[in-house]
Amino acid sequence: MGFFNKLKQKLTKQTNVVTEKFKEGLTKTRENISTKVNDLVARYRKVDEDFFEELEEILIQADVGFDTVLELVDELKMEVKRRNIQDSVAVRDIIVEKLVEIYKGDEEEINTLNIQNDGLTVILFVGVNGVGKTTTIGKLAHKFKQEGKKVLLAAGDTFRAGAIEQLEVWGERVGVDVIKQSEGSDPAAVMYDAIQAARARDTDILLCDTAGRLQNKVNLMKELEKVKRVIEREIPGAPHEVLLVLDATTGQNAMVQAKQFKEATDVTGIVLTKLDGTAKGGIVIAIRKELHIPVKFVGLGEKMDDLQEFNPEQYVYGLFAGLVEEGDEE
Amino acid sequence: MAFEGLSERLQKTMQKIRGKGKVTEADVKEMMREVRLALLYADVNLKVVKSFVKKVSERAVGQEVMKSLTPGQQVIKVVKDELTELMGGEQSKIATANKPPTVVMMVGLQGAGKTTTTGKLANLLRKKYNRKPLLVAADIYRPAAINQLQTLGKQLTLPVFSLGDKVSPVEIATKAIEKAKEEHHDYVLIDTAGRLHIDENLMDELKQIKEKVNPDEILLVVDAMTGQDAVNVAQSFNDQLGVTGVVLTKLDGDTRGGAALSIRAVTEKPIKFVGMGEKMDALEPFHPERMASRILGMGDVLSLIEKAEATIDEEKAKELEQKMRSASLTLDDFLEQLAQVRNMGPLDELLKMLPGANKMKGLNNLKIDDKQISHVEAIIQSMTKEEKEHPEIINASRRRRIAKGSGRPVQEVNRLLKQFEEMKKMMKQMNNMTKKGKRKGFKLPFM
Ligand SMILES: Nc1nc2c(ncn2[C@@H]2O[C@H](COP(=O)(O)OP(=O)(O)OP(=O)(O)O)[C@@H](O)[C@H]2O)c(=O)[nH]1
Ligand SMILES: [Mg+2]
Repeated sequence: MGFFNKLKQKLTKQTNVVTEKFKEGLTKTRENISTKVNDLVARYRKVDEDFFEELEEILIQADVGFDTVLELVDELKMEVKRRNIQDSVAVRDIIVEKLVEIYKGDEEEINTLNIQNDGLTVILFVGVNGVGKTTTIGKLAHKFKQEGKKVLLAAGDTFRAGAIEQLEVWGERVGVDVIKQSEGSDPAAVMYDAIQAARARDTDILLCDTAGRLQNKVNLMKELEKVKRVIEREIPGAPHEVLLVLDATTGQNAMVQAKQFKEATDVTGIVLTKLDGTAKGGIVIAIRKELHIPVKFVGLGEKMDDLQEFNPEQYVYGLFAGLVEEGDEE
Repeated sequence: MAFEGLSERLQKTMQKIRGKGKVTEADVKEMMREVRLALLYADVNLKVVKSFVKKVSERAVGQEVMKSLTPGQQVIKVVKDELTELMGGEQSKIATANKPPTVVMMVGLQGAGKTTTTGKLANLLRKKYNRKPLLVAADIYRPAAINQLQTLGKQLTLPVFSLGDKVSPVEIATKAIEKAKEEHHDYVLIDTAGRLHIDENLMDELKQIKEKVNPDEILLVVDAMTGQDAVNVAQSFNDQLGVTGVVLTKLDGDTRGGAALSIRAVTEKPIKFVGMGEKMDALEPFHPERMASRILGMGDVLSLIEKAEATIDEEKAKELEQKMRSASLTLDDFLEQLAQVRNMGPLDELLKMLPGANKMKGLNNLKIDDKQISHVEAIIQSMTKEEKEHPEIINASRRRRIAKGSGRPVQEVNRLLKQFEEMKKMMKQMNNMTKKGKRKGFKLPFM
């Protein structure tokens, strides 16, 4: 059985709804990559150097990290030689197989959150400006609330105009409280307050917002380290997750973001937002491979329930969905 | 680090080529591969990269490069020229309506920085052009977006027009124009909600606003960190709305910002401003040349090249190189070399412009003293023609005379002669090495 079929079978066994929604979100993405790959395959009956160069270009357009693309194409070449494949159609299967392999590496993928069975779980959100930190907190608060958890939000963005109010609106929408201080106050102090409040109220989950900051601003990164230290000091083992929010529209710079934020705050997972647009966020494959940070959630819109758990096979499947269906027809 | 500068990469390629004495088409092809990589690393759109590389290749195999003594740098120069060209040479200013108020619509994806940019632009208009802008809060969707603009308005003490989030953005915009006319505002800046270019309903809303308010500018706000998709986004916004210009935000980050180049190349809409920080005064006019350097990751090496071009006579350089090869360099040549380098500006300034120079160990501590160079010049100028050509004849009494003539201590004269002797020795060694085939690309420091 071909890899696609195996993958498809595996996925249909999973909740169909999720897959559909995921696919829908990736529709545009899928059209981009898969139409191009199909077109490529149609034009080249035989696999040769030019074929691989064009393939390289298609993957680059998906923002898949450049080195990753080169490596993937090299491996593909070897595999094609090893299996003595000449037909370009057969290469499609291997492309996806390799992509999933590269993403996963040797490690077990941990894409669930580290939630404490009893006691407080603290989750810190970090990232550059405008990527979707606050929105993701709103969505995640909604998710936990639905699971029957007691949730509290910490308004740690004391810098950007209207940031506290934005989180408060989300708090109202979802029906959870927000701990805040006035604009301009020390974010570390807000976190301290929030932790005390969470303890007093017997909260299960504390979601901490922070101001967006560019990773090359040394002082702001120091400030973030301090915020994290305060949380660590108050609760041993916390923050239980540090989630880096990445915008799928971002190009190669996302790798630099991941590197710098990891260094400063020991990021444990990624939330990839705005996948409902046409960008592919392919850079997460390179980030996972080089920095070993797994994607845990994807954002697929601006509404409360537009958040999905990440599944690498689904992701790659989503990218190549068009291929699978066509492959079946043949 | 993945983000190696183009100049560094090209330099490496050049090292392989240098020994050949001639640049072939195959060499150019290899160099172009480096150019392609560097541009892709900088997020320049693939299609743009491809047509660009084609254009540059044509020029690079042409006369101007092949005949050059320094083909590597000639290629970089061609690349930079074409890049600057692609980004639209001249600075493009913001429109002013014949009949005020000038209406500006800010549009773009979510999180691009529209609201912040609206505030900055208003601030710039007032401060620099003495205008009286009205800010319009037409983002009724994102939680607290109105509040954000109002807060900025308060900070800047500029009025913000809002009808809350229960009235349609089309109505808000229309009423805002009426209000602006009544109160004699000469600019109206409409902050719209972020939206996906594929969201038909929301794109329709923008079209309706456009129809009602007939804007003089529709500025597309784009995050400088955007990847390959930037072109799709920009093209789509432009097709649907007819964008008049682009604002590039978050350029104070460490992204190369290749998206900018692509947008300009694909939509042919000028980049009017760049956002350089979160503060309200961090909005600047766009400079195509600086952006070109940034995309290539080459620091200011381009200005260095330009300086070199402007000051170094290629013919003379060639002659000099010949002399160095044959180790027949005289103190006169040495003096001339110094003069040329000095024409380019203070030495340590020049060094700072070199890519990677700040990373080079030792270079930081190496203070190059312009005074020292003038001393060297003074010493050489105090020699006779014969002495300059045959420094070995300079004995103790001649040294004393030269020292007196130049007003420098004898020790300094001694040191210079010794250094020169060693330099010649080094050249000989290098030439021998070259002959044995182990060519070590020996070049004058400024070539
Ligand atoms: N289409 C889409 N938009 C999103 C998604 N996630 C967030 N957004 C939008 O992106 C914009 C920025 O989101 P925020 O949550 O304010 O981003 P942030 O990281 O908190 O921004 P700062 O606090 O300013 O750094 C808002 O308009 C959100 O509605 C997503 O998954 N899809
Ligand atoms: Mg926020």
